[in-house]
Amino acid sequence: MERHFDEELKELHKEILKMGVITQEAIYKSIEALKNRDKKQAEDLIGADNKIDELELEIDERCIDLIARHQPMAGDLRFITTGMKINAELERIADLAVDICQRSLELSDKPLLKPLIDIPKLAALAQGMVGLSIDAFVNRDVTLAKNVVLSDKQADALRNLIQDELVNDYLAKDPSMASRAVSLLLISRHLERICDHATNIAEDIIYMVEGRVVKHHPEELI
Amino acid sequence: MAKIKVENLNLWYGGFQALININAAFEDRKITAIIGPSGCGKSTMLRVFNRMNDLIEGVRTGGEIFIDGENILNNGVGLEKLRKKVGMVFQRPNPFPLSIYENIVFGEKIHAERVKKDRLGQIIEESLKAVLLWDDLKDKLHKPALGLSLEQKQRLCIARLIAVKPEIVLMDEPCSALDPQATARIEELMRELKNNYTIIIVTHNMQQAARVSDEAGFMLLGELIEFGRTEDIFTRPKDKRTEDYITGRYG
Repeated sequence: MERHFDEELKELHKEILKMGVITQEAIYKSIEALKNRDKKQAEDLIGADNKIDELELEIDERCIDLIARHQPMAGDLRFITTGMKINAELERIADLAVDICQRSLELSDKPLLKPLIDIPKLAALAQGMVGLSIDAFVNRDVTLAKNVVLSDKQADALRNLIQDELVNDYLAKDPSMASRAVSLLLISRHLERICDHATNIAEDIIYMVEGRVVKHHPEELI
Repeated sequence: MAKIKVENLNLWYGGFQALININAAFEDRKITAIIGPSGCGKSTMLRVFNRMNDLIEGVRTGGEIFIDGENILNNGVGLEKLRKKVGMVFQRPNPFPLSIYENIVFGEKIHAERVKKDRLGQIIEESLKAVLLWDDLKDKLHKPALGLSLEQKQRLCIARLIAVKPEIVLMDEPCSALDPQATARIEELMRELKNNYTIIIVTHNMQQAARVSDEAGFMLLGELIEFGRTEDIFTRPKDKRTEDYITGRYG
């Protein structure tokens, strides 16, 4: 039986998807601004963040309204509560894209410390994980969500590699390079946090679809 | 620990099978809710626990129901004793057209051969206190019970029930005639009562089942489809039919 409630859930689904698309775009633009040393693009993105904040509040309100009016149960309840969590994760990801832009601005007037190799790799991984987690949400695809969760180790390893290189080859050797090295260090941290948020989204999707809690229970992933 | 154990229970009204191969265990001092659409057999199931269905002509029952290890479907079981142990609260509060006092001591007078007056006074006070009516009614004990509000009448019926010291309380839609505030207060009372009694409630109100029960069972067309912890049934039911019913997709 088709319920009126289903229409409202579809609307919520669309809004979360929209938030996902905007967030993905924000990560992409922040990486482009960094790679191309494009100050304008970085500034534009920082200025546009309030739109994402507004959308976050709108989605939150919609979820609370649905809970209050429909008192959802079972799959409906899991969808709405997961939607609220994914919404918050996406907003944090967009904030991290803004942080990357701020680091880009710090670096933009200074000579390049080194050619960027591993940071774009980590950025590609972060973009991929966010993209897949949103696909997993759209298609209720638990296998895809699991793959995202399992990718997180790769992100941690890459971040450690970048960190070791920056600390040993630049920070420890030449104090004049410290501020640029710290900015790059922070960018790697921001990217790794984006991967963490994508992992959280993927874990939430597994709960949404199957009702299983895998967060903090890695054994449940198998 | 299971207070009631149901094994391969089947029940027919003439040629119609109302309960189909039910197996379940009802825990002591917990509230178990039975939910399901109209005609699914939930009230029939409730009534087998004190053999109220025996009053209906053409009823046949198969299988076993153990209460404290005794199969209550055996022919030798004393129905009077069983119904003292397993009391029932109905949809519409049904106090007798007597005084509040007489309503509560009614059961005691029937079940006990000789009762001392001060013993009755004690029963009245304990029973009314248990349903939180004592303060309101202690000076009106000889007023007619039919003059009480709906909620007070329902509380009085529960007091009348617990006056005979049952161990199991069956509730068939106990709040369906009450407004939301009275419903909330009866639900609070149920939570109090579960410290001393095993409670089984049949309700159409899904939110009520989710709020008050520890365990819940979903019935459909005479079958017990799913039975488990309330939090699991309402957040992640295993059976699609349960999911469809509690999310309003059934039908």
